Amino acid sequence: MKVLVAVKRVIDANVKVRVRQDGSGVETANVKMAMNPFCEIAVEEAVRLKEAGTASETIVVSAGPQAAQETIRTALAMGADRGIHIPADGPVEPLAVAKLLRTVAEKEGAGLVLLGKQAIDDDCNQTGQMLAALLGWSQGTFASKIEISGESARVTREIDGGLETVELKMPCVVTTDLRLNEPRYASLPNIMKAKKKPIDTITAEELGVDVTPRLEVLNVAEPPVRGGGAKVENAAELVDKLKNQAGVI
Amino acid sequence: MAILILAEHADGHLSPATLATIGAARALSEKGAGDIAVLVAGSDCAAAGGEAATVPGVNKVLVADDAAYGNGLAENVAGLIVALAPGYSHVLAPATTYGKNICPRAAALLDSQQVSEITDVVDSETFVRPIYAGNALATVRCKDAIKVITVRATAFEKAAPGDGGAAIESVSGPGDAGLSTHAGAELSHSERPELTAARVIISGGRGMQSGDNFKQLEEIADILGAAVGASRAAVDAGFVPNDFRSARPARSSRPSFTSLWAFPARSSISRA
Repeated sequence: MKVLVAVKRVIDANVKVRVRQDGSGVETANVKMAMNPFCEIAVEEAVRLKEAGTASETIVVSAGPQAAQETIRTALAMGADRGIHIPADGPVEPLAVAKLLRTVAEKEGAGLVLLGKQAIDDDCNQTGQMLAALLGWSQGTFASKIEISGESARVTREIDGGLETVELKMPCVVTTDLRLNEPRYASLPNIMKAKKKPIDTITAEELGVDVTPRLEVLNVAEPPVRGGGAKVENAAELVDKLKNQAGVI
Repeated sequence: MAILILAEHADGHLSPATLATIGAARALSEKGAGDIAVLVAGSDCAAAGGEAATVPGVNKVLVADDAAYGNGLAENVAGLIVALAPGYSHVLAPATTYGKNICPRAAALLDSQQVSEITDVVDSETFVRPIYAGNALATVRCKDAIKVITVRATAFEKAAPGDGGAAIESVSGPGDAGLSTHAGAELSHSERPELTAARVIISGGRGMQSGDNFKQLEEIADILGAAVGASRAAVDAGFVPNDFRSARPARSSRPSFTSLWAFPARSSISRA
């Protein structure tokens, strides 16, 4: 079974984002970029499936600027077999990414597509669900456990009140939550090996997908400043604050 | 123009997040988005449908009573939404794991670019939504014929069941898509409010030292009518289960007061 993994290049999770003064977006020039953390978990899961013999090949796909190839290369260093880069200069919205991935998944004959549950830049949480819809496949979102046996997959999902387990017909789309696994660090020999692994480039036109954004971003602003916390000296002061300031008693 | 709301419900009642979604729909309706219909899908869900009909501002309740919708499987419920959506300009759902699982699937089938987790309604096609884990707020305009939107529950005033008398209509959809089945759930039952909808959260961090010590927080929480939350560190240390995490990515709690007093929990927003 071929496993397809989608990855996104985003501003590193540890970088504090700054909003541009003109309201056009957040500052991305000279900012450290990295693979979206949820995508890393998806790559790790795919590599583990390959190691367990469940997956025959793992293919990493990314739509984004030229530099997205570095992100694909990171996934290859973690153990994925080959990459596909779909060049795109501007932002590509979830629906467009889902359409691109559908065509790639069909072309490659993938039996499972793994994605992060959401990207930490636009926080959309849509692509996996949309891809499953377009392919007409089952979906297991926010997965904390995946067990594949033949024609079905058992996915444990992290939901608001706890955990839910669903039985999915294969092929399926699974999106990863934080608890699914702990992604490995790429070893130096594997980083060297990854340099020789192939990355194909396919354009959106070749895949027959229009990636023009549908949503018009009118403005990006700083959120209102949150009042900081305060230390209290004693219980009496706490009670006073709870009563008169927070109004919770 | 008209608004269709996908309701999340349990034990015959609409979830607090659904009531907040109705609140958002009322704001949309005031800005010219038309009447509000609430879709209650599930098995034996007539009671929840009845409750929805009493919420002021709701014009119509659609009840889809079918075992296929009983466990909220996205493959089945999305099919139902797609069947009903052509009569509407807006499809809304609460941005809970229920709504987030189903809505994008329906949006893709309707060829609509969903707007996730809105926190404000500017006009009938313009919305404010947080990006970068709330470190920036984007104002976006959606021109799609059917706008699919998830609503951040803590950002809108909750509607309350009252003396409304909306018409209740029974609807059916394509039913079971045959792609997935529900195989079980482990839900932590709690009488306390849910983190995503709580007005007050008592949050504990690694400083609590053990899961047993969280009982003290639970006692305070019960007195204040608060939810109990925890930092990622406390969860990772095994004190409490993961669903306690108050600053979980894509989890949006906006309490009026968070106690970090004596139970150090990281107060910064975690992006991952």
